[in-house]
Amino acid sequence: MKQRPLVVRRIVIGILAVALVAALAFVALRTGPLAPIKVTVTSVQEGKLNPAIFGIGTVEARRSWMVGPTVAGRVLSVRVDVGDVVKAGQLLAEMDPVDLDQRLAALDAALARASSTQAAAQAQVTDAMARRELAALNAKRNQDLAAQNFISPGALESRLQEKASADAALQTAQANLSGTAQDITRQKAERAALQQQRGNVRLLAPANGVVTSRDAEAGSTVVAGQPVLRLIDPASLWVRMRVDQGRSAGLAPGLKARIVLRSQPRTALQGQVARVELLADAVTEERIAQIAFASAPAPSASAVSASVGELAEVELQLPETATALLLPNASIQRLQGQTGVWRLSEGKPAFSPVRLGTSSLDGRVQVLEGLKAGDSVVVYSQKALTEGARVQVVDALVKTAAGSAP
Amino acid sequence: MISLAGRDIAHSWGKFVLTGMGLGLLIGVTLTMAGVYRGMVDDAHALLNNSGADLWVVQKDTQGPYAESSSLKDDVVRSVRGMPGVAQAANVTYFTMQVQVADGDDTRAMVVGTESGQSGEPGYLVAGRQITRGHYEAVADVKTGFALGERIRIRRHDYTVVGLTQRMVSSGGDPMVFIALKDAQEAQFLKDNDAIQNDRTRTATNTAFNRPGVPGLLDAVQALQTSSHSVNAVLVQLAPGFGAEQVAEPIRRWKHLQVFTRAGMEEILVAKLIATSAKQIGMFLVILAIVSAAIVAFIIYTMTLGKIREIAVLKLIGTRNITIASMILQQALGLGLIGFIVGKVAATIWAPVFPKFVLLLTQDAFTGLIVTLAICALASTLAIRTALKVDPAAAIG
Repeated sequence: MKQRPLVVRRIVIGILAVALVAALAFVALRTGPLAPIKVTVTSVQEGKLNPAIFGIGTVEARRSWMVGPTVAGRVLSVRVDVGDVVKAGQLLAEMDPVDLDQRLAALDAALARASSTQAAAQAQVTDAMARRELAALNAKRNQDLAAQNFISPGALESRLQEKASADAALQTAQANLSGTAQDITRQKAERAALQQQRGNVRLLAPANGVVTSRDAEAGSTVVAGQPVLRLIDPASLWVRMRVDQGRSAGLAPGLKARIVLRSQPRTALQGQVARVELLADAVTEERIAQIAFASAPAPSASAVSASVGELAEVELQLPETATALLLPNASIQRLQGQTGVWRLSEGKPAFSPVRLGTSSLDGRVQVLEGLKAGDSVVVYSQKALTEGARVQVVDALVKTAAGSAP
Repeated sequence: MISLAGRDIAHSWGKFVLTGMGLGLLIGVTLTMAGVYRGMVDDAHALLNNSGADLWVVQKDTQGPYAESSSLKDDVVRSVRGMPGVAQAANVTYFTMQVQVADGDDTRAMVVGTESGQSGEPGYLVAGRQITRGHYEAVADVKTGFALGERIRIRRHDYTVVGLTQRMVSSGGDPMVFIALKDAQEAQFLKDNDAIQNDRTRTATNTAFNRPGVPGLLDAVQALQTSSHSVNAVLVQLAPGFGAEQVAEPIRRWKHLQVFTRAGMEEILVAKLIATSAKQIGMFLVILAIVSAAIVAFIIYTMTLGKIREIAVLKLIGTRNITIASMILQQALGLGLIGFIVGKVAATIWAPVFPKFVLLLTQDAFTGLIVTLAICALASTLAIRTALKVDPAAAIG
């Protein structure tokens, strides 16, 4: 150190001092309130949007049945289990008939007894007819005798009365006979009714389907209307989709849908809107639509399977819009209740209110009013901008492998 | 007249510069500590700024949603919208949790549920786009370390990161993750599957809810238990021409809700929520400043003591006292200046590396500069006193 002349030392010290001051100036300008805000810009361009509606839903069966008894009773047997494919009319379960069979036997016996009564009534009619014939012959004969004054009028009257009685007795017997016939009809009807009830304890499949739940086992008591088994029609699976009301513009039957089931996030299934429900949910502020699968997924283990109640994400494709000015939605800002963008004019940001149209799921939005094609608009900024703030335009604020928005 | 100070520094400039650097690093630490304190306060302000609200409507008798938990039904927002002076009102939920990335690592983040196009949404992005789908998309603060397109797990659902933002932090400095309100409601109040199963079993064993004669009652009760329509706060923006208190008062009085204005919220966050930790840092800052001042004083004093023979020689050849005093003062101030510049540069360089935000204010730097120079000047008087009292004979003896 001693060897160096003083001038060299002074120069070195001077350089060090300048370096320090330069570092301070650099630090002061790069950070703090003096530093410019880094932004990225884009120019407003015309283009078309492919808007879409996104919603989530659950897989449901359009046709499902709850099979249960019409009166309270005990389950006697359940013949099918969850997952069984059943045909229409197949016996699924049986309720305990309790005394129905005995009452049928009693009715059968009553019917047999009614037949016997009918036979007896028939015999009584025959007997009454024989008596009436005899009484009629006697009366005829006595009339002839009375005409020749062989017998007293009193004797004749007695014979005539006998005939009238015999007539009446026949009518009684005939009435008895038809009464027994009516009795038989009644008994038969009662038996048929009981037979119906007996048949009703057999729970039959109302249509072709698959058993989805077995809610009661043999021996358990169920009330009227409580299901023993539930069936669905596997060909009728669809997605009950819920869409936020604010994002549901354009929701209509027939729109093409892309369905992603939670169990198969890599596979997108095709479908379309089968129905848009008239009633929206006022509490969750959602609209409800049913999305039918293009090819019905089977509930059993197959290549494309869906289980009822599974969560699904649905994307509905809306028709392409007309050409309009487009902006990324990251550039849209809200300032004091106004929606607008930061437009760069002569290197300074200025807030321009805009009116927005539809937007697409990839984050682009139509600008209807407030900008011209080719305007420079701030997309990303390091912090909230203010009118006339110092900005520095850069290509990207964050280094990303992806580069653009996903 | 030649500069004695300059000559002396040129004589042993290596030692001088190294001393200045060491001093600078110490000052840098002090400035950084001030930055940490400012950063904490700024985190609280950033939280309020980012929410974009003028009023916070929360559960009655609570100081939510940041300082205490608050729970409102999500249809309260409709009745608030109907109040005079309310331009916009939006539901919002906040909860702090560990957010998992696909490979299993988790990051502490504050998950914010916002309504699309309403206040509470991130005001600006640095990459990607805002949320467009009603479900399962997220915008994250860059501090979370998430990348665009990454899949993150909140409770049982996977969310795709579609946008990145910056300086969106909770009052505790946790970075925010923004998701759609409905997802957030579900995530916040959704229990894990085991708990749901247990709850179902518990309800099923309750004979009041599981009556044999009323099929469907149990299902209805179960469904009721798992649905959630609660939010933590309603963010209100004022219509032009209305004062905050003027709008807040009727909501407090007639809607029976607690309403905080911007000033009230700042009071809660700065004076209550971060008060203890801020005081902790502030205390440390004070001690650090005192210790730094003492070290600066001792360095200058010992530096002078090291030159005591040379000063004695100067006195011997008849140098005036004022010349010696100004030499020591100039050196002390020079040392202080170098120290300050090195400290400021060092603090600026290492501040972004800190996990939480460190805010270096220019006014803090100015205060630091003035205090440093004052301490240097003060310390030099001590050294000057010693130097002036030295016996010229010491140069020979």
